[in-house]
Amino acid sequence: MTAGVETPALLLAVPEFGAAAQELRQDVRRFIDEARAAGDFVPRCDAWLAGFSADFSRELGRRGWIGMTWPARYGGHERTALERFVVAEELLAAGAPVAAHWIADRQSGPQIYRHGTDAQRERFLPDIARGVSYFSLGMSEPDSGSDLASVRTTARRVSGGWRLNGTKVWTSHAHHAHYVTVLCRTADSEPGNRHSGLSIVIVDLAAQGVTVRPIQLITGEHHFNEVTFQDVLVPDDMLLGEEGAGWRLVTAELSLERSGPERFLSTFALLPELMRMLGPEVGDRAAAEIGRLIAELCTLRQMSASVAAMIDAGQDPVAEAALVKDLGTRFEQQVPEVVRLVARADASGEAGATFARLLSEAVLAAPGFTLRGGTTEILRGITARALGVR
Amino acid sequence: MSYERRLLIESAAGVIARHRPPQEEDASWSAPLWDALEEHGFTRVSLPEELGGTGGDLADAAAVARLIGQTAAPVPLADTVLVGGWLLAEAGLPVGDGPCPAAPSTDGARLERRPGGWRLTGSLPRVPWGRFAETVAVLAATPDGWAVVAVDAADLTAAEAVNLAGEPRDDLMVDAEIDAARVALAPPHVDAAALRRRGALARALTIAGSLDQVLALTVAYVREREQFGRPIAKFQAVQQQIAVLAGEVASASAAVDAAVLAEARGAAPWPVAVAKAEASSAAGRAAAIAHQLHGAMGFTDEYALHHLTRRLWAWRDEFGDESEWWIALGREAAAAGPERLWHVVSGAVSPAA
Ligand SMILES: Cc1cc2nc3c(=O)[nH]c(=O)nc-3n(C[C@H](O)[C@H](O)[C@H](O)COP(=O)(O)OP(=O)(O)OC[C@H]3O[C@@H](n4cnc5c(N)ncnc54)[C@H](O)[C@@H]3O)c2cc1C
Repeated sequence: MTAGVETPALLLAVPEFGAAAQELRQDVRRFIDEARAAGDFVPRCDAWLAGFSADFSRELGRRGWIGMTWPARYGGHERTALERFVVAEELLAAGAPVAAHWIADRQSGPQIYRHGTDAQRERFLPDIARGVSYFSLGMSEPDSGSDLASVRTTARRVSGGWRLNGTKVWTSHAHHAHYVTVLCRTADSEPGNRHSGLSIVIVDLAAQGVTVRPIQLITGEHHFNEVTFQDVLVPDDMLLGEEGAGWRLVTAELSLERSGPERFLSTFALLPELMRMLGPEVGDRAAAEIGRLIAELCTLRQMSASVAAMIDAGQDPVAEAALVKDLGTRFEQQVPEVVRLVARADASGEAGATFARLLSEAVLAAPGFTLRGGTTEILRGITARALGVR
Repeated sequence: MSYERRLLIESAAGVIARHRPPQEEDASWSAPLWDALEEHGFTRVSLPEELGGTGGDLADAAAVARLIGQTAAPVPLADTVLVGGWLLAEAGLPVGDGPCPAAPSTDGARLERRPGGWRLTGSLPRVPWGRFAETVAVLAATPDGWAVVAVDAADLTAAEAVNLAGEPRDDLMVDAEIDAARVALAPPHVDAAALRRRGALARALTIAGSLDQVLALTVAYVREREQFGRPIAKFQAVQQQIAVLAGEVASASAAVDAAVLAEARGAAPWPVAVAKAEASSAAGRAAAIAHQLHGAMGFTDEYALHHLTRRLWAWRDEFGDESEWWIALGREAAAAGPERLWHVVSGAVSPAA
C-alpha cells in the first residue's frame, strides 16, 4: 500500500479462479478418484520427483493436462497459467505420480516455446504435451551449484554443430528422460561479465558419448544421476535460443520454476493420513498444530496462485517467485516435523503403516526441498535485492 | 487497486498526516484527528448511507483500516467501521457520530425487556477506546436470540485500562434503561462468533498495515546505518533477515487480502481465521527481526519503531491470538475428515458445507 510512505514490500494480489478453472478442478478430482480406486497409483510424498509413471503421464497428456498453456498448433491447450495451476495442485495434493513429464511440462517445454525456433517447437512440444517425451535439466556440475555461471561443460563449434564435453550432476530422471537441456560454455566469458559465453543445447540422451550413471539418494532410491558428455556431437538445430544467451534463458523461466504448487505440496499427502489417524475430534494441542499448518498452507497456496496470475498478465515476477519458494519449501519441510509430534506413536494396522511410510518419505525427502531450484540462501538474496537491500 | 480506492487512501493519508499529534507524544487518542477523519467521511466508510454511513464497500473500509495500522494513527477507526458500526448496521440501527467500538465480550451484561424498552446491566470488559466512545455496540443474548444494543456513553462508567501499546481497553459498567429505538434483534448471521470474526478481521488488517511500515522502516534503516565502514545492508546476514521479514509481511498481507475478499462476498469464517492466525504469528516474528536489525536505536522511545511493534504485540492477542484461530481451523479440518481436507484448503467447498 502506498500512502505517502512508499513501502517496498513484495505484495501479491488475490487471484481469482474463474468458472472454467473450477470446472476443470472437478474434472481432475473425478479422474484422480477413479485412478486411485482402480489402483493406478498409491499416494506418496514428493511425487513430482519420486512418482514416476509413464502410463499416468500418457493419460494426463490424453486428457489435455500437459502443455496446457501452449498454442494448439504445438499440441497445447491454450489454457491460462491459473488453470494449469489448478491441475498441478490437484495432482500434487493427491500425491499422484507426475514425475515423468514434470520438468518437460513446467520448464523445458515453456523454454522451447519461448526461445526455440519454429522447427524446434514443432519437433518437441507435441510429444511433451502427449506425455510421452521427458526432459531433464543439465545445470549443476560437481564444482558448480549455486554459482551456476561457473559451469565448465563446453560446447565447441564443429562442422554442422557442436562438440560437447563435461559432467552434470544431480540430473533428475536422466535415466528415464529422452532429452536433457545442458547449460554449457560456448565461448570464454567477456571480462567483467561472467554470464556471457553461456548457451543452452538440447541433447538427445541416447546420443553417442552420453553416459548416465545413477547417484543413490539417502532414501536408497535412484532419482538423480551423473551425466557425462564425451565428445558428444550436438547438431546445430539443437541450440536453444541464440548462442551466448544461455544465462538469459536460465533466468527467464525462474518464476515458473520456483513459484508452483510443487514448492509447498511435496509433503501434503501426509496430512490426510494424519487426520485419518486422529479422527474427527482432536484435542487442543493437535488442533492448534494442524490449524497452524493449514493457515500457512492456505496462504502459500494463494500466494503461489497469485504468481501464476501475474504470469498470465504478462509479468515476470522473479522476486515474488523466490519469496514464495523460500516460504513454501520451508513449509513443506516443516510438515513432517509437526506431524510426527502430533501423531500417536502407537499407530498400528493399515492406516498406521501408510502413515509411517509417508512420514519416512517426507522426512527423507525434506532436506532437498530447500536446495533444489535455488537454495534458501540464494532466494533470500534475490528477495533482499528486490527490496533494495544488497 | 482501483483508481477510486487509491484516491480514497491518499486522501485519508493526507488527513492523518495533517491532523495527527506529533509522534513523540505517543498519543493513543486524538480528538482532532478523529474529527477530521469524521468530517471527511472516513469513520463511516462502507456503512449504509440510510443508517448514517458514507457508502463504499468492505474493501474500502479494509484499506482505510490498514492505513490506520500503517500510520499507527491513534483513533478507533477500524473498531468503529468494521466492528461496532457494522454490528449496529447489521441490526438496522443508525450509526451516529463519534467513536463506536463494540464490546468484544457478549457474556458480561444482561439485557432484559422492560415495559416500553429494555434494561442493560453488567460489565463490558476491555472495550477498545471505551472511555472515548460516543456509542458502544453491544451484542447481548435474549430469550428471542441475539440482540444488538447501541449503548449511549452517558449510560457507561469506565474503569480505565490499556493494552501494551497504551491504547485504551476499558472495562465499562452499565446499569441503564435503554430506549426501544436503541435495541434491535440481530439477523440470523450475526452472533457471538460473527462479532469475534469481525474483530479479528479488523485487527488482522491493522496488523498487516503496521507490518508494511515495519518493513519500510527496517529497509530504510539498514541502508542508512553504517558499521565496519559500510551500510549494514551490505552484510549478508542482514540481507537474509530482511528477506525473512519480507516473507512474514507478504504472508500476512496475502492472507488478509483474501479474507477481505471472502468476507465481502458473505460471512467468511475460514479465511478470516486464516488471516488472523497468519497476521498474529507474523506480527511477533516480524517485530523480533525489525528490532534485531535496528540495534539499540529501535529500542528507544524516540525512534518510531516501537509505535508499530508495541501495537503489533497488543493486536496479535486481541480478538483471538494465533493459537485460538489455529485451534478453530484444526477442529474444522478434523471434522471435515481426511478425504475433504484438501477440498477445504483449496476453497472449492466451504468447510461447513
Ligand atoms: C532433489 C534434488 C534434485 C535436483 N535435481 C537437479 C536437476 O535435475 N538438475 C540440476 O542441474 N540440478 C539439480 N539439483 C541440484 C540443485 O540445483 C543444487 O543442489 C543447488 O543449485 C545447490 O547447489 P549445491 O548443491 O552444489 O550447493 P552449494 O551451492 O555448494 O551450496 C551449499 C550451501 O552453501 C550455501 N551457499 C552457496 N553459495 C552461497 C552464497 N553466495 N551465499 C550464501 N550461501 C551460499 C547454499 O545456500 C547451501 O546452503 C537437484 C538437487 C536436489 C537436492
